[in-house]
Amino acid sequence: MSTTYDASEPSFRLSMLIYDTRYRSLTIQVVAFILFMSGIAWLISNAYFNLQDLGKDFDFGFLGSRAGYDISPRLIEYSNDSTHFRATLIGLLNTLLVAFLGCILATIVGVIAGVLRLSNNWITARLMTIYVEAFRNIPVLLWILLFFAFFTESLPHPRTFKGEDPESTLFLGSIAFTRQDAWIPAPIMGTGSNIILIIFALSLFAIWFFGRWAKRRQEATGDILPTFWIKLAIFVLPTLAMYLVLGRPITLEYPEISRFSFDGGIRVKNAMLALWLALSLYTGAFIAEAVRAGILAVSSGQTEASFALGLRPNRTMSLVILPQALRVIIPPLISQYLNLTKNSSLAIAVGYMDLRATLGGITLNQTGRELECMLLMMLIYLIVSLIISGAMNVYNSSVKLKER
Amino acid sequence: MKKSVFFGTLAAAGLAAGFAAAGTLDDVKANGTLKCGVTTGLVGFAAPDASGKWEGFDVSVCRAVAAAVLGDGEKVEFVPTTGQTRFTALASGEIDMLARNTTWTFSRDVDLKFTFVGVNYYDGQGFMVRKDLGVSSATELDGATVCIQTGTTTELNLADYFKANNMSYEPVPIETNAEAQQQYLAGACDVYTTDASGLAATRATFEDADAHMVLPEIISKEPLGPLVRHGDDQWGDIVRWTLNALIAAEELGVTSANLEEMAKGTNNPEINRLLGTEGDLGGMLGLGATWAKDAISVGGNYGEVFAANIGEGTPIALARGLNAQWTQGGLIYSPPFR
Repeated sequence: MSTTYDASEPSFRLSMLIYDTRYRSLTIQVVAFILFMSGIAWLISNAYFNLQDLGKDFDFGFLGSRAGYDISPRLIEYSNDSTHFRATLIGLLNTLLVAFLGCILATIVGVIAGVLRLSNNWITARLMTIYVEAFRNIPVLLWILLFFAFFTESLPHPRTFKGEDPESTLFLGSIAFTRQDAWIPAPIMGTGSNIILIIFALSLFAIWFFGRWAKRRQEATGDILPTFWIKLAIFVLPTLAMYLVLGRPITLEYPEISRFSFDGGIRVKNAMLALWLALSLYTGAFIAEAVRAGILAVSSGQTEASFALGLRPNRTMSLVILPQALRVIIPPLISQYLNLTKNSSLAIAVGYMDLRATLGGITLNQTGRELECMLLMMLIYLIVSLIISGAMNVYNSSVKLKER
Repeated sequence: MKKSVFFGTLAAAGLAAGFAAAGTLDDVKANGTLKCGVTTGLVGFAAPDASGKWEGFDVSVCRAVAAAVLGDGEKVEFVPTTGQTRFTALASGEIDMLARNTTWTFSRDVDLKFTFVGVNYYDGQGFMVRKDLGVSSATELDGATVCIQTGTTTELNLADYFKANNMSYEPVPIETNAEAQQQYLAGACDVYTTDASGLAATRATFEDADAHMVLPEIISKEPLGPLVRHGDDQWGDIVRWTLNALIAAEELGVTSANLEEMAKGTNNPEINRLLGTEGDLGGMLGLGATWAKDAISVGGNYGEVFAANIGEGTPIALARGLNAQWTQGGLIYSPPFR
């Protein structure tokens, strides 16, 4: 028998931490970690002692005191008697509102522009190239300011809507676009309108249920139902029928000219419209590139193969190209959604009262709690971003290649 | 703007080391310039002229302090601040003093820990509207769209005033006076509200100034004055007594015209003490004997500074009103130099 492994291996020496490749990487990591942590500790202690020198404490108690300023728009109840915490919440909701609307519009614009950029029509493709390059290569702040300037300088003044023979009239008889914000009709919920909302929710559920059923039926029998038309019918008919049966309980309140501007309807801030459009078109340009990359990543052999199998072009798109393209599109899409959400803090430039303008602006200024407000604001943006990327990652894992 | 809030915060958080320990006076002398926070531009109070030289009522205070400390009113680095960035800039040590139409309030003094060294302009918040709006009183503004400079006391006064009068309004928050002016002129808001002096100054720059009017209501007390950080009393004293020197000079009849003559010695002991020919007031402050003379020599006494920048001879055309000397029925009053 050969010799057994000698147990008395050389004992550990300190120099091995540097010269032995087994330990060296560990040593470097430990040293780097200690340096990093001491850097952080230095920052924290420095902040602590300098705050002490300034005679300031670190206290979030100001969130419970009266804010004293007004915010518009507000999605939930708020007055200047509410607390700074409530004001922060209003700001956060305004941020989320513009981010949500922005993500939707950016996706629509991006998908359309991305697909059209691959169009065989020369003009269409070039126009989309111009759009993408123009928006991608100019800072979004300038776009926001440009849109805002357009709204406040070129739209009619509310007073031009006044009089017997006004210079300006409501757009489509119901929407007032003015340089002091826009007014859209507001729904008035009469008695029985809850029933209609319930029916509407039920029909959405039915559409989803029907889609699943039709898919399973198709997999089992091969029959293809005209799902789009059936879904549309489920979407519209029950709600419409109930609306008529109950005697039209939901009515619209149209904006009406008042002393200074308009009464009635919902006031939509120009600042919000400008921010929303600029962010959507800016981010849409990036999404268009992601979509184009995703489609180009699917080899043309896939298209040819599905044509050879007799699939029509639209089914080729939905069954073959898109599922594969989405795997490439979704990851960059997530970061574009995050970018849009964070870029919404540029709202300050046009006076839209988002989180940055309430917590990081007026509250910070009126209370003088710079460190607390900034840290809290960073934390909130971080949480919002993590939630968005978490949700999108769940979707991503549902479309990504499933290896079995 | 965002950048300076951020840097200010970082600095407040302590990345700028140990400013509280060293005296501001030593820092200013070592730098050779006074860093003075002013507005981003409000004609008459602080704005660069055609050649880029800062001038105005608040600017004169900065120049007077620079002259008192460094002997030269030109040795000032003007740092434009917005309503939002000014306090962070001062607290972090980015500027040595702030002379920016800043209202002296309890919480700014006590909670934000600033020392208001005095009042150089007694003001109140007013409203400006176009004449063709057909409004003659602020109580008729129910439902109006109002431009406000954000981060100011005016924001809170406005909320209180409309609440007290049971009226509603649509706030349009705005960062700087220039932006507010543009929005107001474009018609994006019906009303612009800020300190009445600021309204007068802004209106003076309009091409069609006659088409606009400042409503009669003054809805708040806005004592405006220069301020410094808490914790450096010597520096606070220097700024306070420089301002008082300008005020006392007017009261005592010391003007830029007769300054040199008076500095040779007069038979009024207070003038002699002020101008350094008698006693050692400058030495007590840690400054030279001619500190007050230097300060007055930049732009003259308080009355001269007022007349040259915002007085009735200028387009802004503000009357002295509350800002007359106490001997003339106003509130401007310097404690005695003794």
